[in-house]
Formats: sequence, structure tokens, C-alpha cells
Amino acid sequence: MTLVNGAPDTRTLTAAAARDRRADRLTPARQAARVLGYLVLIVAAAAVLLPFFWMLSASVRGSNDVFTIPVKWLPPTWKWDNYVQVWSQTAMVTWWKNTLLLSVVVTFLQVLTGSFAAYGFARMRFPGRDVLFLVYIGTIAVPWQSYMIPQFILFSKLHVSNTLWSIILLQAFGAFGVFLMKQYFESVPEELSEAARIDGLSEYGIYRRIMLPLSTPAIASLTLLTFVNTWNDYLGPLIYLRSPNLWTIQLGLQTFINNLYNQNYALLFAGLTLSVLPVAVIFMLGQRYFVEGIATSGLKG
Amino acid sequence: MASFTIDDAGPRARSVQPRRRRPGAKLKRRNTLIGWSFILPNFIGFALLTLVPVLALFYISFTNWNVFGTAKWLGLANFRRLVHDASFRTALWNTVYYSVVHIPLTLVISLALAMLLNRKLRGVAFFRTAAFFPYITSVVAITTVWNLLFSPKYGPINDVLRFVGIANPPGWTTSATWAMPAVIIVGTWREMGYYMILFLAGLQTVPRELYEAARMDGANAWKRFRHVTIPCLRPTTFFVTVMLTIGSFKVFDIILLMTNGGPGQATLVLSQFIYNTGFVNYQFGYASAASIALFVICIAVTIVQFVVNKRRAA
Repeated sequence: MTLVNGAPDTRTLTAAAARDRRADRLTPARQAARVLGYLVLIVAAAAVLLPFFWMLSASVRGSNDVFTIPVKWLPPTWKWDNYVQVWSQTAMVTWWKNTLLLSVVVTFLQVLTGSFAAYGFARMRFPGRDVLFLVYIGTIAVPWQSYMIPQFILFSKLHVSNTLWSIILLQAFGAFGVFLMKQYFESVPEELSEAARIDGLSEYGIYRRIMLPLSTPAIASLTLLTFVNTWNDYLGPLIYLRSPNLWTIQLGLQTFINNLYNQNYALLFAGLTLSVLPVAVIFMLGQRYFVEGIATSGLKG
Repeated sequence: MASFTIDDAGPRARSVQPRRRRPGAKLKRRNTLIGWSFILPNFIGFALLTLVPVLALFYISFTNWNVFGTAKWLGLANFRRLVHDASFRTALWNTVYYSVVHIPLTLVISLALAMLLNRKLRGVAFFRTAAFFPYITSVVAITTVWNLLFSPKYGPINDVLRFVGIANPPGWTTSATWAMPAVIIVGTWREMGYYMILFLAGLQTVPRELYEAARMDGANAWKRFRHVTIPCLRPTTFFVTVMLTIGSFKVFDIILLMTNGGPGQATLVLSQFIYNTGFVNYQFGYASAASIALFVICIAVTIVQFVVNKRRAA
């Protein structure tokens, strides 16, 4: 119950009502718990957000103002020029272009093939289906780090390493999309598909005209999660993209960090902020879908 | 099968799809074909890029495969070498250290946050969003920021610690003792929002009537938590534990970016060992043998968790 509803009750608390321990009533103990709850919430929120706040604040400082003793949480002088500088001093444009291209292509392929396969797993019955799905699920327990070596050898033999294709192949066919979409498809009433089947729609038609339109939330979730995931990926590009003109924003920034001889951390923070910005915007716009996507994928273990 | 019941539903179904009139071998084959056609586009990619490498791993680990692609069969030599490799043992130990602290810590914090957010407090929606943000922010950005926050002399964290009266705050990523705790803090900070959301989804499935009934029976808050929340959350807790365990054993990017396994080998974990052996020293065969260790550990732990979960469910 909210504070507003509960507050008048405490004032008119009679002995009889006190004995009647209902859930909604605000006893002193409950009120203390509530205050404690807020305190914990504030501390936790500060712990989560302070690093980001510091990053933003440091990104607009002069190079000597980043580390000060004692810590200054707000910039002593505002230097917006850092953003212009980092943009012109690094190959930020190339990195952005590569990352954007990869994220869009990977997301498109993952959503398309993932939802398509999910329909097969959720709505078709054929021998071998369950075994196959078990293999898909099983690979969730297999860390990529354990097969990155043979995968690298394979990609080298296929001559896709050190091309953008390597990252597309690496990310586009994951089991996660299949899993997420299957969970959602199974919640769509079977009667709808049956009605469509009676009306003469093929399975492909049911997938396209019934399931996909009804699954917009799940598609949105998968799209956002895959996009952000590809945008943020560091290990894949680290292993596969050697030529600087192929670098993604994460790889480029990390190289920039490693070569930061002049110790201008303010510039570095401006670069980091630029790499986080698109994700932050996407997240703000579609946070509901992020949360729902994560929640559905975890509902049935 | 769904399609059979449809066929009996009305004459219209029969006129539209005459082939489905009798459930026979032909229909079965057709269904199989259509089913496979749905799965195939994803499966081809999945099989080629995931299954083939996993299978190849087992072969390569028995060879001395190197950067030139020449390979000689070595039998168990790689594994024998692994057992006596001090670096590998350090990596294994550090991975266990990370996991043993990180798993319970994240589990408790994310569950506590979820319980807190499951109540109707103001600002809950905002916090739910905020807590999830570290998880979707690039590791490069968060590790850089944390590394500088942790910086021993000028970093804000030690500045605050000195302010509250700790004269000699830890050296964090520059200290062999404190590098791992620093990495664990960042790992937990990054992932707690993700698992919190899983727990929140789980909490929403707990029927309210159970709490009411428990309250009627005089159960206090702790007893309600112990005897209602925990049992009802068991499927979620199981899933979270499995994901958390795999995630901890394969931990890599935050370590690579924060400490690169150092100082010395203080934060060298299995994944970093595999990476160093394979992509720095180009010993693909030996790196594959270490990969097998990681693979087997993850699979084995998952299977054990499944078995335990089944037994508890029964």
C-alpha cells in the first residue's frame, strides 16, 4: 500500500484496530521498515549511478582537473571542447560506422532466423525436434571462451577473419534469440493458428501474419538486446578485427586508452561517453522491452 | 497433433487442405519438412559456427596445432602438461576464488534488491531502470571508469576511504591481494541489475494468497520469506544460479580490461589463460586442452545443479 493511503490510518489507530493486524496498516515497525527501504534504495542507486556520473563529469573537465584531492564531483571548469577534440583526434567516425553496420546486420539476421526457427520449435511437430532444441539449450551452458580457439581456426580457414563478416557470423545465429522467441510464441493461443489454418493459411503464412504481429513486444526485446550486445561486444572484435579500418567503437576506444601517453583522461572520458550515448538513448526509449525480454527468457529455467 | 483435430472440426478444413484428411506417413513427412525449413536458416549458422567448433575442440586438444595450421597427434600430452602447469593451476584457483565469492554475493544482493523493489515504494521504477544500466553499458567504458575510480593515489574511492578514516586504503588493481576483490566488486555491480530483474519476474509469480494465509497463521516477515518466498522462487533461483555459475567460470572481459590477469598472476582466470595461450603464444593445441577443462567444468556444474534441482522438486 502506498504511503498516501496508509498515513491517515496511523493517526486514527485505535487499540482494536491495532490488534487487527492487517497488511496495509502502518505500525511504527512498518514505518521504520519503509524508511530503511528508502535508505537502501538511495544507497544502491548512488552506488549504481555514481561511476556514470563521474564519467560524465570528468568528460567536460580540463586535463588536470580529472583527479583532484579531495574529489570534486562537479567540474571546476566546463570544457565542452573535449568532445570536439576526441571526435577529430580519433577515427571515431570509422568506428561508429563499423559498429552501426555490424549491429544493424546482426540484429536483423538474429531476429529473422531466430524467430523463424522458434516457430519451428514452438508450433511444428516432427521427429528430432526436442533433441535439437535440447542441443540449442545445451549450448547456453557452453561458454564461448571454451570454443573460441577452434572457431578462430575455422574462421581463418574460411578466410573471414579480419573482415566484418566474422563478427556478423559470430553474433547472428545465437541460441538466445531462438529461446526468447520460442518462449513468447508458446504464450500465443494455439486457437488463433488453428483458425488461420482452417482458413487456409500455410505455416509460413501463420508465422508471418499471425505470430510475428502478435509478438511485437518479444521482437522489440530481442532487437534491442541484440543491438546493444553487438554494439558493446569487445572480445569478438578483439580477436577477429586486426585492421584499424575495421575496428568497432569498443576496440578503437580501448586502443586509444592503451596509447594514452599524454594522460589526458578528460578526453578519454569524452570518448567513453560518446560510446555509451547511443546505448543510453536506446535504453531510455525501450527500457520496458529490455526488462520484459530478460524476464521472459528467465521465467522457465 | 493439432492438425488432426482441425481436420475433424468442419467440412471446410477438408475442402481447403484435402491432403490432411487422413493422418498418414505423407502428412508426417510434410510436417517434418516444413518444421525443418523453419529451423534450417538458423541451424546452419548455429551448427557451423558453434557445434563444429565445439566438436573440433576435442580433436585439436590432442594435437600441437599452431599458427601455421600444422598439427601432430600428441595423445594426452597436452593434458599431462596442463596438470603440471603452475599457471594453469593458478588460473583454476583464481576462477574458483572469483566464483565462490561472486556467485553468493550477486545472488544475495540481487534477491534483496528485487524484494525491495517488489514493494510499492516511490522511485522503484526509476531504480529498476538504473540498476539495469550497468549491464547494458559497454565493458570498455565501465572498466575504464572503475579502474580510474580504483586508482590508488588519486582515485575517488580511496579518497573517500581516507576521508572516513582509513589511513592506508588498498591498492586495488595494483595490489596482488586486492585486485581480485576489485574485479569481483565490478562484476557484481555490473550483473546485479540483470539478476534482480529475473528475481523480480519470479516474485511476481508468487501468489499473494500464500502470504495472506501465512500471515493468518501468525508467520512473521522472516518466516514468510523462508517458507513462502524461497520455495515459490525455487525455479527462478535455480535459473539464476545456473546462469551465474556459468558466467563466473567463464569470466573474462572485465578481467582482461581491468587487470589483464595481473598484477603478476593475481587475477589470471581460465579464460584469460586460454586467451594468452592461444592468441598471444599461438599454441592452439595446448589452449584447446585448457578450453576442454573450462568446457567440462561448466557442463559438469550445470548437470549437478540440474540433478539437485530435480531432487528438490520431487
